[in-house]
Amino acid sequence: MNTVVKEIQLDHQLILDLIKTQSTVLDLGCGSGDLLYLLAKEKKARVQGIEIDDQAIYKCVAKGLNVFHGDIDSGLAEFSDKSFDYVVLNQSMQQILHVDKVLTDALRVGKKVVVGLPNFAYYRSRFQMFFQGKAPVTVGLPYQWYETLNLHFLSIKDFKNYCSLKNINIEYSVGIGENKKVTFLPNLFAHSGIFLISK
Amino acid sequence: MIKENKITQHDSVGIVKTQSFTFDSLSLETGERFGPVTLAYETYGALNQEKTNAILIVHALSGDAHAAGIYEGHDELGWWDAFIGPGKAFDTDKYFIICSNILGGCKGSTGPSSVNPKTAKPYALDFPLIGINDIVNAQKKLIDHLGIEKLLSVVGGSMGGQQVLSWLVNYPHNLCSVVPIATTIKHSPQQIAFNEVGRQSIMGDEHWKSGNYYDGTAPLKGLAVARMIGHITYMSDKSMAEKFGRIKKESSHEFKFTADFEVEGYLRYRGDNFVKRFDANSYLYITKAMDNFDASRGKRFEDVLAGTKVKVLIISFKSDWLYPAYQSKEIVKACKLAGIETTYCEVDSTYGHDAFLLEVEEESHLIRHFLKKVFYAYEVTGEYGS
Repeated sequence: MNTVVKEIQLDHQLILDLIKTQSTVLDLGCGSGDLLYLLAKEKKARVQGIEIDDQAIYKCVAKGLNVFHGDIDSGLAEFSDKSFDYVVLNQSMQQILHVDKVLTDALRVGKKVVVGLPNFAYYRSRFQMFFQGKAPVTVGLPYQWYETLNLHFLSIKDFKNYCSLKNINIEYSVGIGENKKVTFLPNLFAHSGIFLISK
Repeated sequence: MIKENKITQHDSVGIVKTQSFTFDSLSLETGERFGPVTLAYETYGALNQEKTNAILIVHALSGDAHAAGIYEGHDELGWWDAFIGPGKAFDTDKYFIICSNILGGCKGSTGPSSVNPKTAKPYALDFPLIGINDIVNAQKKLIDHLGIEKLLSVVGGSMGGQQVLSWLVNYPHNLCSVVPIATTIKHSPQQIAFNEVGRQSIMGDEHWKSGNYYDGTAPLKGLAVARMIGHITYMSDKSMAEKFGRIKKESSHEFKFTADFEVEGYLRYRGDNFVKRFDANSYLYITKAMDNFDASRGKRFEDVLAGTKVKVLIISFKSDWLYPAYQSKEIVKACKLAGIETTYCEVDSTYGHDAFLLEVEEESHLIRHFLKKVFYAYEVTGEYGS
């Protein structure tokens, strides 16, 4: 996991840039709360997390964050419409069982939704698949097949197609390569993508 | 994982004394005016000059004002001593902690075993029917008496949690935060059923005599059985298996139905001990107050909470089947819909409902950091990446 720390920080920086000061933010699958902490500190955001892992909850609480213990699939339905300026699904969407339902709900609960996803069509993944005949293990997809928490494997292009199919506006999108933004052919050169979407 | 109940200079509040406060009368939910009312209470730590560091701890069904420390000449620790003291979750170096015995109780506060000044005899069933809100209204008078306008927090588990919710609903402007633990907005039929069996056990005891037993033998057997039922519901299948297994006690078999198994002996011991310190009529009144309580007042709870600025920490325990996590999640749901700043954690524990008294490490961590945030009005604390 150590190898991805820097990249995750770039994720966080790019998400930070998307979020307006003093907004309200709900982070679905907030982990130890590092992103929420940054948002609260740097953007004076009012933040709330949802997280399934109790040890991660204890870390969030130690940071002074508000967090609900629960799974994203059921935890989101209980919020009223437009109760947050932003709902964030950073590196968690691919681990949710009912993605379509959760994204629909996220777009109902949040005025805007930020999605960060690992890109399955990253060129290194393609190489590993094509030349080595192996399931890809990359910065964006750091797990072996037998220990991955990911339930869905999608590319930046897949997500764009999904948005177009569901009439979801992509207000902004950016690819992340090794320590830098990727604007040229992100579906090939970015291991992760970040999207700002709204309905 | 559990801290030993050992007194050290470092972490104990030391020797404590119970105090009492008496006021003329209280207007009850039933419309009746009742008085005079005495509340027994203890305090730990010091109230700061701004009076912003006061925390009220409210006890469960069989609890009392003695939450921490020891009495002069005794060595029994207060019921939540592992949480209260210098450097503990309720850090007495920082906070002023108050704990009072509830109205209707039998540990120094006015209850059915108290003497009715009009008759010079114990009230017995002349004691009025009370509700959780009455218990809380009496506590509010104590807090006013102590000169505290706004409590930093009100914290309690089980029936204590019901009182916490009553505080939240009735006095939101006098609170910065609340911590309801292993509790519910209202009792389920299952919870009422367990309490009813306890009450029937007491009232079925020939010594109960419609509550007029104070000049003779108390309904000890009935109260002991009520307590035994309680203890079954406070533990979990797993915690019982771990604690007792099917181990048999060493005993001679002079009677067919002797307590052969460890668990039988334990329940009998718990029951017999309880009757030495608790009044059967108090048990009836308090369990009835628990069963009748509905923090949502028949409305949607989120509507009752709407506009509240109080910060909330809700804690439940995985193996608690008396106050199951789904009941805490109902409180969480209402807080979500009401837009209240809330943290919820279901602590991984095998202790059952008793966990709120026993899961010292995890619960302390949650409470300590939550109070710190509320007290220092932090939005976030600690360092990034920590």
